[in-house]
Amino acid sequence: MMPPARSLAPALPVHAVPASLLRRAAGNWTVTLAATVLGLMVAAAVFAPLLSSHSPLDISPTTRIKPPSAAFWFGTDMLGRDIYTRVLYGARTSLVVGVVAAVLSIALGLVFGLLAGYFRLLDAILMRIMDGIMSVPSIVLAVALVAVAGSSLGTVLVAIVIPEFPRVVRLVRGVILNARTEPYVEAAISMGTPLPRLLWLHMIPNTVAPLIVQGSFILASAILTEAALSFLGVGLPAEVPSWGNIMSDGRKFFQMLPGLIFFPGIFLALTVLSINLIGDVLRDALDPRLARRR
Amino acid sequence: MTDPTPPVLQIRDLTIGLKAGPALVRDLTLEIAAGETLCVVGESGSGKSLTSLAVMGLLDREALEIRGGTIGVAGEDVLAATPKRLREMRGGVMSMVFQEPMTALNPVEPVGAQVEEVLRLHGERNAARRRARVLEMLAEVHLPEPERIYRSYSHELSGGQRQRVVICMALVMRPRLLIADEPTTALDVTTQKQILALIDELKARTGTAVLFITHDFGVVSEIADRICVMNRGDVVETGTRDQVLSAPRHDYTRMLVASVPGLVPPPARAVGRDVALKVDALAKTYGARGMFGRGRRVQALRPSGFALHRGEIVGIVGESGSGKTTMARCLSRLIQPTAGRIELEGRDISGLRERALRESRRNLQVVFQDPFRSLNARMKVRDLICEGMINYAVPRASAHARAGALLERVGLGRDALDRYPHQFSGGQRQRICIARALALDPSVLIADEAVSALDVSVQRQVLDLLASLRDERDIAILFITHDLRVAAQICDRILVMKAGEVVEQGPAARVLTAPDHPYTRDLLAAAPGRDWDFANFRPQRATAAPAHG
Repeated sequence: MMPPARSLAPALPVHAVPASLLRRAAGNWTVTLAATVLGLMVAAAVFAPLLSSHSPLDISPTTRIKPPSAAFWFGTDMLGRDIYTRVLYGARTSLVVGVVAAVLSIALGLVFGLLAGYFRLLDAILMRIMDGIMSVPSIVLAVALVAVAGSSLGTVLVAIVIPEFPRVVRLVRGVILNARTEPYVEAAISMGTPLPRLLWLHMIPNTVAPLIVQGSFILASAILTEAALSFLGVGLPAEVPSWGNIMSDGRKFFQMLPGLIFFPGIFLALTVLSINLIGDVLRDALDPRLARRR
Repeated sequence: MTDPTPPVLQIRDLTIGLKAGPALVRDLTLEIAAGETLCVVGESGSGKSLTSLAVMGLLDREALEIRGGTIGVAGEDVLAATPKRLREMRGGVMSMVFQEPMTALNPVEPVGAQVEEVLRLHGERNAARRRARVLEMLAEVHLPEPERIYRSYSHELSGGQRQRVVICMALVMRPRLLIADEPTTALDVTTQKQILALIDELKARTGTAVLFITHDFGVVSEIADRICVMNRGDVVETGTRDQVLSAPRHDYTRMLVASVPGLVPPPARAVGRDVALKVDALAKTYGARGMFGRGRRVQALRPSGFALHRGEIVGIVGESGSGKTTMARCLSRLIQPTAGRIELEGRDISGLRERALRESRRNLQVVFQDPFRSLNARMKVRDLICEGMINYAVPRASAHARAGALLERVGLGRDALDRYPHQFSGGQRQRICIARALALDPSVLIADEAVSALDVSVQRQVLDLLASLRDERDIAILFITHDLRVAAQICDRILVMKAGEVVEQGPAARVLTAPDHPYTRDLLAAAPGRDWDFANFRPQRATAAPAHG
């Protein structure tokens, strides 16, 4: 005579998700716009050599600090490098850093989250370590890493992933702890399902939707963090065209040529905004409970 | 009605539908007089709760619309009332008691303050008078030490006490109409009996009209003056309690009344002597090992033992917290028992580690309570049923063939194989769970509240299925339930548990008719509908007419 627990039915089966996702996405013009902007950024990154006749590293003493013109669309910096070209190549750097950081954080988070969520003994130890990592200020960590290992793409990725992945561990651990108490998991255990298959069939699918959403937010925040680190001079090597580096270089000549900061800034802002908008819609589509609350 | 006073609740031709969708309640007409209890009975999806929400003006206006009809409460049209007037009416003229008392109360405020707030919202400004009135009302719902209850938080009270507080809150303004939506469904039977008596008593004393919503004809037979039977949004039949229960006019009502489980045990059968499962002094203690000092220890299961023979159904009956589910989880080794032996097919599995345990797991399968959560929604029925067989290296082709045969055995077609669980109803899902459990050909099947979430008519069919599987496969079934009436339907033997202990065990007929233990007698006395022989549409005893008014 217990109440029928219909309201507790698990979230939509996966195969039902893409259709509703597409329907929501199509009906929402902000998402269409965000996806278009993001698509353009990806295109800029991929086809950068085709979209510009300059090289992002070519120094030209004769054309330093020039305003936008037919030859240099966004102007040139204090070493005479073409800002337009550098911004295009900067999209490459930012997106690569963002995607790699997101994938690494998710992968690490999934592994440690599964361990913490399933093995109760490991849980206490792992989660205290995660708490410890999360208490380190990320900028200080980045400065220390650059001091020790020198500035490079690898250092920047490590400096972004380390503060980011414990959050994923927490997320995955929570999902797994919840899933463990689901009757269908208990049924599988009593049917003798071996641990790898139990995790793969019954538990990991529950983490997919939250991880996609979390991944999109990590992507955005990693792009921002890279820009911030590069701007502060503890990110990528100074010659690498990255939005943060371009802005850092342009800082001193900002008053003469606002485009030095403005152009990379607008690209950065548009990219991060698009990713966040898409992430919001993904969250609403993949987590019906959150969507209804709005 | 020849009543001189106008009815308190008067609903005429009410139609409620999904926006741009089908109607969920059609042309509902009913009325309730002061001091009368009308029970609206129906299975899930019959529209009974929607009706009560409509009366309270609580329908979700985003999704639902009222297509026609009127609702009058104490002569006032609810559908035409402004939101402000509705707020005044709620709690003042009409009030509602919900199913789950835990969520109906605010966990971070003492319950006394919550009851007082109702008075404050309805204009009582004098704090001392408010407090006095709340204490008086708490005493009126028979809560012990009203002063202490007043200061308590909801988690400090038992389920029954919480529901009394909720009732107190609903009645403190002396409303003309009380709507009770399954108010006792989440409570134990002994508590349920007290709450039903309380509602009846308060109704008689204050002349409140009661709209009582339930799916349980046992409860109906205890409390109703009149009955309104609903099915899929239509009123099937309305009449006085005795009319509907003893001479139902409509086939649906007949079917519903006839499938209400009674307390008459099935005739005793010869049971095999092969022991499938033998439990000795099994115990489970939860000890919170605190970081500082010793933690609290809870004995969820005190040393208990019993034997389960092939071809036998043994019922474990107990209220919440009696340890029956702990027992099931120990037996299926989802948790590790603290002490004792579990001999499954002659092998003690109580202390085995997972690797060694695996060989024995196939001999004991479980069917869980919640048919909506016990199947992985992402898997097809075929894969769900085959999972166990694949685990034990049955070739895929023969596993698939067997899955089809099993589905047919439990009353579903082979075409179900390629569908997903959400495409099935609760009863059908439970059949899938049973097919999945049978796939490994276990010698013991544990049904943990397996029919508790199902409507009575479906419950009946699943019980019949279990009984026929027992006869056909010589399987031993451990049937765990909180409902003695359900246990009475199919159990050969019954164990009664209380506070982690088996207090009585014996053949079903003996336990149900001549119980030894006082607690068993309490349970029997509290079973709703015990005075009514539903299957034969007549009162159980000559003196059955319960005290009313």
